[in-house]
Amino acid sequence: MATVSEISVRAGRRSELALMGMAWVIIVLARALVDYNAAYLELDAIAFYGLGAAVLMIAAHFVLDRVAPNADPVMLPAVFTLNGVGIAEIHRIDLAEGTGFATAQITWAALGVATMIAVLLLLRDHRKLRRYTYTAGVVGLILYMLPLVPGLGITINGARIWISALGYSMQPGEFAKIALVVFFAGYLVTNRDTLALAGPKFLGLRFPRPRDMGPLLLVWAAAMLIMVYERDLGASLLFFGIFLGMLYVATQRLSWVLTGMGLFAVGGTMAALTIPHVRSRFDAWLHALDADTYSSGTSEQLVRGLFGMASGGLFGTGLGEGRPDLVPYAESDFIIASLGEELGLTGLMAILTLYLIIVQRAFRASIGVRDGFGKLLASGLGFAMAIQVFIVVGGVTRVIPLTGLTAPFLAYGGSSLLANWIVIALLLRVSDMARRPSEEVA
Amino acid sequence: MSELSITLLRFGFLILLWALVLAAIGVLRADLYGTRVTTRGRGRERRKPDNRANKVAAPSRAATGIRTGSISTSSAAVGHLAVVSGPLKGTTIPLGTAPILIGRSPTCTLVIDDDYCSAKHCRIFPEDDGWRIEDLGSTNGTFLDNQRVGDPMPFKRGDQVRLGATTLELRS
Repeated sequence: MATVSEISVRAGRRSELALMGMAWVIIVLARALVDYNAAYLELDAIAFYGLGAAVLMIAAHFVLDRVAPNADPVMLPAVFTLNGVGIAEIHRIDLAEGTGFATAQITWAALGVATMIAVLLLLRDHRKLRRYTYTAGVVGLILYMLPLVPGLGITINGARIWISALGYSMQPGEFAKIALVVFFAGYLVTNRDTLALAGPKFLGLRFPRPRDMGPLLLVWAAAMLIMVYERDLGASLLFFGIFLGMLYVATQRLSWVLTGMGLFAVGGTMAALTIPHVRSRFDAWLHALDADTYSSGTSEQLVRGLFGMASGGLFGTGLGEGRPDLVPYAESDFIIASLGEELGLTGLMAILTLYLIIVQRAFRASIGVRDGFGKLLASGLGFAMAIQVFIVVGGVTRVIPLTGLTAPFLAYGGSSLLANWIVIALLLRVSDMARRPSEEVA
Repeated sequence: MSELSITLLRFGFLILLWALVLAAIGVLRADLYGTRVTTRGRGRERRKPDNRANKVAAPSRAATGIRTGSISTSSAAVGHLAVVSGPLKGTTIPLGTAPILIGRSPTCTLVIDDDYCSAKHCRIFPEDDGWRIEDLGSTNGTFLDNQRVGDPMPFKRGDQVRLGATTLELRS
């Protein structure tokens, strides 16, 4: 005989405040080190920056205390730290190159925190999102396809993942990610039984029946379209990866994942063989250090990033003391390489651990929450974050071909920052529900 | 600033970054929430019987008046009934002024899931200054200190009552 007793959860708001304090010190110190090493240290600017950061963090903390008192205590400090370290590094590259990305990024970060607060205030129960399952699906697909509209979409660096209107440009794919997670969660929670049903057994695994393959093939086709027409391997892989991950969570069947990965491998190989842009990315990945590939410029960025990280070594050159600006797009696609150079392997591992903590908290919320939709939503958002980090870091470190995705919270980019703060808001909302003592759950 | 302090700050930043990571993990470790499964039963009877009797029991019984968790000292004067062996080992019931019915039937105060128990096995009730125990015509009998209980017998502090695989003790 066994008894199951529930352990009362500490909301952890105080631990959060303490961690926030540490995060604040890191954020301000990062900026001060960058300024000092550029012989540019102005105490007024640092004080103003620190005050701004403190206001945002305290505002986020108090809103959470009011509207989601049981939400996860470590997610916000981790996210603030990543965002702050990212801003310091972007500021550092600004100083070297004379650009003004950091100011824009600070504005976007403030807007991101405001968006997160707004989402938390407006969405008091994540289950409401289930009503918009199919709306979210349509919106997600439209957002993904928007860059293909002539006159609206623009091609930057060979990938057509941007839209430009009224002088502003944005990456709709970042927001499409969230809409599609909502859609998959709503769809799978209703249809998972059909997908988990019996099928032929092969090699010890139960495979899905051909007639149940429809949704998988549809999503695969959409991912392939993104890869072929937007020439963006990263978005395609992310989109398909999120679906496979959520499908696995919903059905508990590895065969779906294997089938899906097989399909994607086939599609990816086909694309690599036929589409010149994708092919050059594969070339740069496989033959990065060949003299031909390098001198033709295909792998120049990648190789410079690798050398940058190598010169960083174990402990890095110190913030503001390396030369990350030698790498093209050091502030966005290659921020991981920049940080690797200046913080070294030690610092990069700390950053990756922060991502790991965020993803782990997403899955923990998914385990703890009681409704199926919330489980799939939280795990889907967790997968989105994990896969995106893997694609970015894998691309920069030459584990997989380089893609146009950006590191969440670190890299320069308004759409990415805003979208990821919304992801955090949703995760906090689900974790609040998951950690609430059972008698309070409606 | 000197070269030394720059180096110190450089390493200090990395240490601070890791301090945050480790502190976050520390918070997570203290944050094990969800449910805890405690196995109870015959397999563990041999080990520290007294210690175990004071430990956690099913929380769902809290509503039925059966106390769970450790015993608070405030009710020491009132006394309570503790299950010291059997499937419900560790459960305690505070004794008030109401009689307590023990048996397999769900209407009993203490429901014992044991084939050697009758539906309404025995009753413990207050009389005069103390408590008395009475068998309600059970098949396998109620034994107070190895003596079969029939008519109401005085049930003193420290006495042990055995019914089926369960042993109950009156404690203060």
